[in-house]
Amino acid sequence: MKNITSLLKQRLDKNILLLDGAMGTMIQGYKLKEADFRGDRFTDWACDLNGNNDLLSLTQPNIIKDIHSAYLEAGADIIETNTFNSTRIAMADYQMQEISAEINYASAKIAKQAAAAFSTNEKPRFVAGVLGPTNRTCGLSPDVNDPAFRAVTFDQMKDAYYESTKALVEGGVDIILIETIFDTLNAKAAIFAVEDYFENSGNIVPVMISGTIADASGRTLTGQTTSAFYHSLKHAKPISFGFNCALGPKELRPFIAELSSIADCYVSAHPNAGLPNEFGGYDETPQDMQQELLEWAESGLLNILGGCCGTKPGDINKASV
Amino acid sequence: MAREQVENGATIIDINMDEAMLDSKAAMRRFLNLIAAEPDISRVPIMIDSSKWSVIEEGLKCVQGKGIVNSISLKEGEENFIKTAKLAKQYGASVIVMAFDEEGQADTFDRKISICQRAYNILVKQLDYCPSDIIFDPNIFAIATGIEEHNSYAIDFINATKWIKKNLPGALVSGGVSNVSFSFRGNNKVREAIHSVFLFYAIQAGMDMGIVNAGQLEVYSEIEPNLKQAVEDVVLNRHPQATDNLIDIAQEYMGQGAEKQQQKQLEWREDGVNLRIEHALIKGITQFIEQDVEEFRGQCDRSLEVIEGPLMDGMNVVGDLFGAGKMFLPQVVKSARVMKQAVAYLEPFMEQEKLSSGDAIEAKGKILLATVKGDVHDIGKNIVGVVLECNGYDVIDLGVMVSCEKIIQTAIEEKCDLIGLSGLITPSLEEMVNVAKEMQRRNLSIPLLIGGATTSKVHTAVKIEPQYQHPTIYITDASRIISASRNLLSVSLKTSYVESIQSEYHKLRERRKKHQTNLVSTSLDQARANRSKIDWVNYTPTKPSFIGKKIIKKFPLDKIVERIDWTPFFRSWQLAGKYPKILSDDLVGEEATQLFNDAQKMLKTIVSRNWLTAHAVIGFYSANSVADDVEIYSNDERTEANKILHFLRQQKQVNMSKPNYCLSDFVAPKSSGVKDYIGAFALTTGIGIDRQLAEFEKQKDDYSAIMLKALADRLAEAFAEKLHEMVRKDYWGFAPQEVLSNDELISEKYQGIRPAPGYPACPDHTEKATLWQMLEPDKNIGLNITESYAMYPTAAVSGWYFANPQSRYFGVGKISEEQVSNYAERKGWDKSKAEKWLAPNLGYLVED
Repeated sequence: MKNITSLLKQRLDKNILLLDGAMGTMIQGYKLKEADFRGDRFTDWACDLNGNNDLLSLTQPNIIKDIHSAYLEAGADIIETNTFNSTRIAMADYQMQEISAEINYASAKIAKQAAAAFSTNEKPRFVAGVLGPTNRTCGLSPDVNDPAFRAVTFDQMKDAYYESTKALVEGGVDIILIETIFDTLNAKAAIFAVEDYFENSGNIVPVMISGTIADASGRTLTGQTTSAFYHSLKHAKPISFGFNCALGPKELRPFIAELSSIADCYVSAHPNAGLPNEFGGYDETPQDMQQELLEWAESGLLNILGGCCGTKPGDINKASV
Repeated sequence: MAREQVENGATIIDINMDEAMLDSKAAMRRFLNLIAAEPDISRVPIMIDSSKWSVIEEGLKCVQGKGIVNSISLKEGEENFIKTAKLAKQYGASVIVMAFDEEGQADTFDRKISICQRAYNILVKQLDYCPSDIIFDPNIFAIATGIEEHNSYAIDFINATKWIKKNLPGALVSGGVSNVSFSFRGNNKVREAIHSVFLFYAIQAGMDMGIVNAGQLEVYSEIEPNLKQAVEDVVLNRHPQATDNLIDIAQEYMGQGAEKQQQKQLEWREDGVNLRIEHALIKGITQFIEQDVEEFRGQCDRSLEVIEGPLMDGMNVVGDLFGAGKMFLPQVVKSARVMKQAVAYLEPFMEQEKLSSGDAIEAKGKILLATVKGDVHDIGKNIVGVVLECNGYDVIDLGVMVSCEKIIQTAIEEKCDLIGLSGLITPSLEEMVNVAKEMQRRNLSIPLLIGGATTSKVHTAVKIEPQYQHPTIYITDASRIISASRNLLSVSLKTSYVESIQSEYHKLRERRKKHQTNLVSTSLDQARANRSKIDWVNYTPTKPSFIGKKIIKKFPLDKIVERIDWTPFFRSWQLAGKYPKILSDDLVGEEATQLFNDAQKMLKTIVSRNWLTAHAVIGFYSANSVADDVEIYSNDERTEANKILHFLRQQKQVNMSKPNYCLSDFVAPKSSGVKDYIGAFALTTGIGIDRQLAEFEKQKDDYSAIMLKALADRLAEAFAEKLHEMVRKDYWGFAPQEVLSNDELISEKYQGIRPAPGYPACPDHTEKATLWQMLEPDKNIGLNITESYAMYPTAAVSGWYFANPQSRYFGVGKISEEQVSNYAERKGWDKSKAEKWLAPNLGYLVED
């Protein structure tokens, strides 16, 4: 593990590394049906599985691998596992808590295989195991009548992240990426779990942290400014800090600039392809993205660049140019 | 409660749910979850306080921001300490570490530091803690308990703090302050005094934060001197009787405290609205003025009546008290601030009413004020402006660097009744003469008032008044402006007033003429022969650590503050007396103390908000003297002089035991073959001042504006002192061993001098041009000079460094026509130009 970490640092010292783009946008392109999601194994599952993208790592592993390969082909240095919703907590929506670990493990394996096929000495490819935000919040009450209520506890969150982390690292990921953080307390639980796992197993990988800004006010959903967000999580001593999702590159720029000025680690960004239009599609073209992001790179704002919702291999390819 | 505390300025809130009847864990969780939904509260960091780790951990699971654990310690041994510290780190929290170990709480200095050292080593070396996540609490215990061992508790904490800041880098220090005064509970006045004395010293030692009720804190400088002395003796454990003394004194203060005082302070609010407005004006309180003005306005037909009524009545009282010497300048300026805010509030209403009725307030007279061309100093002029406004005059202030043409043009257009000219540097004297001549040429008859630091009655009488056929009057200081204006604008008083002034000035001129003829009796040759004798053979000059210039940017202001010489500060507010004695002066002590407190408060803000920035540029050069000049060489071979500094020599009659000094005497003569050096410096603490002054102007706050300028000037002088010390000890390094107290520094007990061009030892301002060519302060630090060689920003000092132990300050004084001619030749000027620039030093009469 040590040499992967130092290799990653070496690359970051000299280059801006590219993260892949959106997984969900690409899967949408396959126009999969309920039966495709179920595959052979889950034909009798009690609830609908359409939309359970992460499950495809088990039921349609080739599609997932092809998407990874497309991004690797486009030049991505780091690809993200298909595990955005794979924690036990998020999987509860599909009553799949019990196979959470299995999905994480399988997803890590697929990504790792895809990366290995493209990895060279000059351009090593890395796999980031994604810990998503889940659909619960430790820091907010879902009940307007009881602000002290919480639908999930810190310990439940921590245990779920521990389980996912363990499966991802055992599946071979090079990095843990805690991303799309809208509730810093959830992320604290993730960090706590990751550190616990590192300590218990002795397997240590670099950690990337990426929050999400709720709107142009520049705060997270739970009300933190960029600087508060950074200081609340910097104890994780991550290899990079950044923002992803929610905003397009133009809107995200000031917050990346602020982060870049305070962070004592590398800085990452994987913005959306602009904001969704009224049809739920994304209007920003690869050329738009390229122009905007080129300026960021020239300004020395960041070290890792990628795409979130709405971005495709074309964007990543433009970015690599 | 939490919201109130944050609103009252708490920077951290400490949450403790330890109470026997509570399920502390559940209470902690519920409370933290509740305040997480309150942006007004959760914007400050949360300190989770419990004696039980399980409660703290529960709290950490509820806080999304960076929390603080209060507290962990070595009380139950290393294993438990490591376990809790590690968990705190994993939750991303900072920790308060109590100085507590297996043997108990640390009560002595040695125990405090050894426990902190041990904890620091474990946290930083073993657990990889970021040092800034460690906050030590080295225990504050009650002092003056009557038990002898307790006497050193406070000073031990202070010393331990100092030690921690020095030896455990990055770590912070905190403490529970109210413990220290526990033995005086029930006596709030004494407790508050103890707290502020304790904090004063602990903060100096490096204490970063403390737990204290901010509403119950006396201002350090406002503690009564007797009480302060007694409290300091106890806190610093100065002598064995300290406790007994304080207990004796404490009786006097029983039952006094912040709350009572506050009640008394607000009693005036019970009075009628007229009296309240008067009170606000006299005391300079802006807090309620708009509300009171609005209340009175409601009783009036027209808003103007508020001004003509209670506001003018109040200002008349202020004017009378000031005239009688019962109020002092800083108070008057504060009164003006209240007045201005009240008028600003009324203006929109009056505008509206004016449209319908056409009224205007009848001012007592219209007065034009200006700092003349080439000069940028305006503290004094602004004070005069405020005093005039307070007394019902309409003031047109043209600001600084105002051309003669603009002054005259404006005076004519605005139909001014009086013109007031101000200036601080000597070239301004010449410009005032110029304005007077021009006023005569343009046939003006408006009386002319002259004021400012370098002006004098003699100069006005001899140089200015003869140029203008109409009243020309020197004004000593702001307190004289009102009587002068009143006399000049009164039909009945004017003639006799002007006549008496004119006859006085006439006498001055006559006396002057007699005196002038025999001012200088030593010839230039004689004076040069009697130069200061320095034994250059047995003297080896120290070579500076570098040759050339060095730019010092953003010098920390807090390091400058301690060097402030306060006596001139009081003088700038026209309060006479030496600091610190002036604070207890029978006549002005109270006001001086108030002013001093306001100054301290603003100084803190200046430092914490970076209102001002201090830059300097210094340079050292190979140099030797040739007669009264000093040659600057481009290299140490000394073959080519690329700059020449010109100095003037004393020519006054001296007894032969004293030399006729010239600054060039202090640099080794070229003929001696000794390689000597000279230094140069230019510095400013005025970068950024304009922005803040504009802010004060917007708020109609002259008091703060004048205060800021006066403080910036003091900081510049203090910076010059600090920099000079660094030069002596380090940059030039001719006195590396120097150890002097601040008083000794102020009385210049060190080796070497730093005379400034334009000041007595080298009175020619134009030498600054050479200084500017050498150091380029305009390009390097944004410090410029005007055509009259005034520095801008004004909070600035520049000059030369001389290192020789025999170098000393002196005044050149009057010089002969022979020396002026010689000087003009050396500078490549014609004689009349030299006479213009050296006007104050001429020992002979120049025919116009």
